Amino acid sequence: MRTMQSTLIISLVLAIGLFAEKPMKYVDTGVNPNTWALVPAGEFYFGQHQHVVDLNYDYEIMITDVTNRQYANYLNEALEEGTIYIKRDTIWGYHPGDPFDAYLHEFEIPAGDYPHVPLTNPGLRLDFEGGIFSPKTGYGNHPMVEVSWFGAKAYADFYGFRLPTEKEWEKAARGTGTNDYPWGNTVKRNQANFVSSHNLFKKMFGDVVKTTPVGFYNGKNYDGYQTIEGITPYGLYDMAGNVYQWTGDDHPKVHYRYMRGGSYQSYEYNLRVWPRNSAGPEHTSMSLGFRCARTPEQVEVAPDESSE
Amino acid sequence: MKKIKDLFHFFFQSTKGLILLGITSISVITAVWGMLSGPMVEWGVRDFVVNLLGMDLQSVERSGRIIMLYHVIAMIVTAIEVYMITSIVPMRRHQRANINNTITVGWITTTIFGLAFGYFGHNYFYHGLFLVGQSLIFFAGLLLAAALYPWRKHFLVEDKDYAHTKNGYDLERMAFFIMAVSMLISAGFGAVTGSFWSNGHETFLAEDLIRNPDKTALQKAVIGHLHIMLTLIAVAITLIVGRWMDFKGKMHKVAMPTMIFGTAVISGGVWSVVWTHMAHTFIYVGSVFVMFAALLLVIYSWGKLIKDRTAELGLENPTFGQKFVALFHDPIKFGPFWQMVFMNFTVSGVGIFMAVKLDEIFRVWPAREERITLTGHWHILSAIIATIILMYYIDIAGIKGKMRKWLGWTIIIGSDIAFAAATIFSMKRLFVSEYYQAPVVNWTMLAMDFGLGIILVLVGGILIWRLKDLFTSDGLWTKESASPELDLERTSVLTQEGRDAINKEMEI
Repeated sequence: MRTMQSTLIISLVLAIGLFAEKPMKYVDTGVNPNTWALVPAGEFYFGQHQHVVDLNYDYEIMITDVTNRQYANYLNEALEEGTIYIKRDTIWGYHPGDPFDAYLHEFEIPAGDYPHVPLTNPGLRLDFEGGIFSPKTGYGNHPMVEVSWFGAKAYADFYGFRLPTEKEWEKAARGTGTNDYPWGNTVKRNQANFVSSHNLFKKMFGDVVKTTPVGFYNGKNYDGYQTIEGITPYGLYDMAGNVYQWTGDDHPKVHYRYMRGGSYQSYEYNLRVWPRNSAGPEHTSMSLGFRCARTPEQVEVAPDESSE
Repeated sequence: MKKIKDLFHFFFQSTKGLILLGITSISVITAVWGMLSGPMVEWGVRDFVVNLLGMDLQSVERSGRIIMLYHVIAMIVTAIEVYMITSIVPMRRHQRANINNTITVGWITTTIFGLAFGYFGHNYFYHGLFLVGQSLIFFAGLLLAAALYPWRKHFLVEDKDYAHTKNGYDLERMAFFIMAVSMLISAGFGAVTGSFWSNGHETFLAEDLIRNPDKTALQKAVIGHLHIMLTLIAVAITLIVGRWMDFKGKMHKVAMPTMIFGTAVISGGVWSVVWTHMAHTFIYVGSVFVMFAALLLVIYSWGKLIKDRTAELGLENPTFGQKFVALFHDPIKFGPFWQMVFMNFTVSGVGIFMAVKLDEIFRVWPAREERITLTGHWHILSAIIATIILMYYIDIAGIKGKMRKWLGWTIIIGSDIAFAAATIFSMKRLFVSEYYQAPVVNWTMLAMDFGLGIILVLVGGILIWRLKDLFTSDGLWTKESASPELDLERTSVLTQEGRDAINKEMEI
């Protein structure tokens, strides 16, 4: 019995050792996550079957996912203002509720407080010390992950932005053409962060860390690792791979929220511009983040936060 | 020239040759097309194969390609089952020949032009011939249903140990008939939807629609179609291996009506998916009956294996241990029924568990996780059916001795490792968080590749052996040509009325 216990303990220690992450090296991509791209009004081809859809208004969308640094800053401001609070190792906030159709399998989401970010999830790349949130070392320009739809929406609401609708998201990814991927009809392993590209950047980021800094695939050479520019016609980065992105729609008859773009765990066909993923709005994941959209009147000059 | 003629006769006129042709085609397709996905992409194998064969893979057409590939493989599996059925269910010789010839031309046409259309460029010629091939298979199905028609006094049960009606009608034949008719109607659900393609219906993969609250009638028809076709293929193989084991006695008499009722209810339930949410209730009821019939077959088969082996050893009062050893003596005959039991852990059990935990799992988990579980269980069920066919084929080919044991246990262990790993992979979120999942993902992927890889190597070995055999003048193929039909007990026999009918036909 004692031998068995010892073996188990040794195995556990070894396992923890194997999982222990090395300190993250900060990689500067030169891309400013506070930059927005203008998507002009007009028709575009929506979905696999390329139905013509007209979005008859201009909108702006962030050229990168919201980063850990941006989200940490928001948390500090929102905590101070009292729009969010921490309880049971989780950040919570108020949501006014969703229309409920009582449709088959639909969950009701009434007004109330909902979880935004579970602070104990090991995939979270934020530190919380002395009442202040900050990104873990090296993760400042990685996409914010482990954030629920409520947490993503709260960020957008806080700054007067919104989460893009699925149509806004897809138009921003595809432009007005008929490409399958944001830049064309094929994807190279050093053009986006997806399941086939891991071994290429493993040396740079290690085994466990699977996200890449926002805007990483911009044609730059990182200590010998040459990337191919993976941008959309409007200049957006990471619209295919890296992390899935929450979209803003509350579609009728379902409680699900939809995500787009594929992630570092996805095969290449999930990086095409039309596949959807979905989950309950409380869902969080290491491979799920978001970016925001806004109307053009909100344009303002933002400081460059590309360096840590 | 004579040799070519003899070979042609073996491959296209003998049941054993036709089955070998089907298995060879599926194996080659699986080996080549298996190199287009999964880790093969990362390793650069896919690009090599695509360039070597001159494939034209447009990303946007992926769904359509997969649909073509599924249909091609399903048609060949269906043909193999039809060859088995026409051999084991008594019918007139010309009926067997007509059915087999028609379905053979059908699946070969479907395979060549389906894969050509899906993977080598689009044109109306390829797609048209793909449809012609499928139409021929459907027509062969009509011929089969006519040949299996059970309420005719040409073939009646003589040995009262086989399930039969008061009038002597063969209930196993009836079970085959109901399965065949259900399959023909179910094929219609796919065909009708296909006829609306680009005329109100767009190509889709069922797993991509799982969370759409509203599906069109055509989408529901396709979802029903793919589920019921696989189910009926499973029903067919269950009946076939039952005959292989000479299923008879009390359990046969209970199992056959149960299978008939279950097949009819489950089919009706799936068809009603188009119109009502209540469909699932019918499907569950039908499934219980079908699975109960299969359970009786498993119990009977294992009992028979024990009885036959202990009798062979001359053990009059075998101990529990001796019975246990006897059960595992022949893995080729033990395997198919073990796979049916194992299916409960990797397919049915998972489905029931997910249904019970619906609100905690599928209503919360990401759709991609749900999709993995769903596609996983379809693929596992398909692969289980494939391993059962393979084991039966090893018996048909007369492989004996140590080789038989090696092949049997390799198929059982290899496939079960792969299926268990796929199940663990698909349900990993229940016991490991995303952060710590890497070892689970890596090990289960490795186990899947190992398990299925080893079976593919084994199949490759069998096919090379059969290929080599074709170059010998008195090889196995000549014996199989001389004895082309499956060697087993039939449930019913030709009656005098049947004889008279045949004689009358001959006079005309």
